[in-house]
Amino acid sequence: MSLVMLSVAAILFAVGTYLILQRTLSRVIIGLGLISHGANLLIMLAGSGPANPPVILATETPPIADPLPQAMVLTAIVITFGITAFLLALALRSYLLTGTDAVEDDIEDRRIARHGQSESEREAAT
Amino acid sequence: MSWLLPAVVAVPVLGAGLTIIVGRRLLLQRAIAVSGVGFVLGAAIALLISADGGTALVSQVGGWDAPAGITLVADRFAAMILTVAAAMLFAVLFYAMAQLGRDALDWWFHTKYLVLTAGVALSLVTGDLFNLFVGFEIMLIASYVLLTVKTGPDEVRATISYVVINLVASALFLMVVAYVYTTTGTLNLADLSGKMMEIDPAVRSGLSMLTLVVFGIKAALFPLFMWLPDSYPTAPTPVTAIFAGLLTKVGVFVIIRTQTLLFSQEGPSTLLLFVAGATMAVGVLGAIAQNDVKRILSFHIVSQIGYMMMGLGFLSVAGLAAAILFVANQIIVKTGLFLVGGLVEAEHGTGALDRIGGLLHRRPVMAALYLPLALSLAGLPPFSGFIPKLALVQEGLALDRNLIVGVSLAVSLLTFFSVTKIWGGVFWGEQTAAKAKAAPGMMGATVLVVVLSLAAVVFAEPIVGLAERAASDLIDPAIYAELVLGVGR
Repeated sequence: MSLVMLSVAAILFAVGTYLILQRTLSRVIIGLGLISHGANLLIMLAGSGPANPPVILATETPPIADPLPQAMVLTAIVITFGITAFLLALALRSYLLTGTDAVEDDIEDRRIARHGQSESEREAAT
Repeated sequence: MSWLLPAVVAVPVLGAGLTIIVGRRLLLQRAIAVSGVGFVLGAAIALLISADGGTALVSQVGGWDAPAGITLVADRFAAMILTVAAAMLFAVLFYAMAQLGRDALDWWFHTKYLVLTAGVALSLVTGDLFNLFVGFEIMLIASYVLLTVKTGPDEVRATISYVVINLVASALFLMVVAYVYTTTGTLNLADLSGKMMEIDPAVRSGLSMLTLVVFGIKAALFPLFMWLPDSYPTAPTPVTAIFAGLLTKVGVFVIIRTQTLLFSQEGPSTLLLFVAGATMAVGVLGAIAQNDVKRILSFHIVSQIGYMMMGLGFLSVAGLAAAILFVANQIIVKTGLFLVGGLVEAEHGTGALDRIGGLLHRRPVMAALYLPLALSLAGLPPFSGFIPKLALVQEGLALDRNLIVGVSLAVSLLTFFSVTKIWGGVFWGEQTAAKAKAAPGMMGATVLVVVLSLAAVVFAEPIVGLAERAASDLIDPAIYAELVLGVGR
């Protein structure tokens, strides 16, 4: 497993995590894409390990790549692609409904935030 | 007979395709959905009878022997949970048909429901780590779409956080797959159970933690549960009911499977017991603070997951048997409670406790349906929740884990308090006028679930016996490994 590729996967995860923690929904979706890429890259790297590919007519020479991680990554990419498309549609719907690209607080968070405010702050907010 | 294993996945998927082909013909769509889910139920019962008879069915898909190919396995544990899950899918389908009526066509409800069925079935019977990922994704994608059948602001907001959390969990799951494949060179669970023993214990416990985090998110364990009470209550009742009954429990199923098969250890696990206690306590405290039937019940889902983890945490035959019983019982009770909550909502247009009341006099049937389920949730004898809880407490005392036993009993008391809060709010108090009348089909489906829950008490002895045999299969990974790897050799 090459250190360079491993670092690339780590950077993808780091940048993706940063983006997911943003308030803007489009950044969250890009972050999810990056994290999925990181995970996929990791699976590709897994192919260089001690795996014993179930290939018929496999011979010692010439050495062949392990096809299993490639098949798995292909499946994972398709699944992530589908969910990302769905999420983009949801983001568009959310933008059309609220007019902003921000992720909203959940009901509980809003209630608790209101508990913490004083009477005057609550009036100022409304 | 082993053709049944791929069939429980393939038949619902084919059915889903057929419902699209027949288009907007309600009767045909209904017939396909009922026969698809009905087939899964029938097959699950056949698998359970076969597994309990000593010949657990194993299918090597495409004729590729394990560990090269994908294996489907229905041992006692998988077949038992699949049977209960299929029974609930069947009952809720009738409830949904009665409630949604022609709306089901606009939502393509039957199509999505069949895909959900296929995903649940695949996640339960698969014997391959990557195939498990695929099964989970099929189930989750169907659940994303079902959550957004109504695209109002609430549904969209709730679904976005649900999808994002689950997508992060799926990426982490892919990491687990990558690490497991690098260290062992196989993804077949049976093959892994042997090879996991040979790798560095530090790597093994790292993988164990990562797996626990992934499925902890999906099963809503403390501290990873916060997405659940926010997203579940916004969906239409049949959808919430089936999510509450099944999705988190499939997560628990996988945690039990992986912790016993891949990362088994001797004696009780303090970490799992801590997570169990915290999940129970935080969940029930959240439930007490809520004021809406569906939101209270959603926090109870979290709380009850803690009990299943408690049984797993003991890592003994009796503890695992109690956990299996608890999972099976919760699938029925939770689905039933949400269905009753949905009946109340359908008649009053709201589930807020302060805006409804006095149903005991006007709708005594609903009260009669709610009471056995609620008392079962709290674990009162003679209802079905009592048996697994008693088994958990006995095993906890036998193993001298008194703290977790104390926590679990205190949480039971608080659960009782919180279900009586619903009782007081909905069934007692001043009578409120109903806006509509719940369809007889909805009532019928709920009665079916309640009857199943009561039948679990009447037939407690054979069911407990089955759970104990399933647990003794789980405690020794060699049994599962021999089952899968022994076939075809």
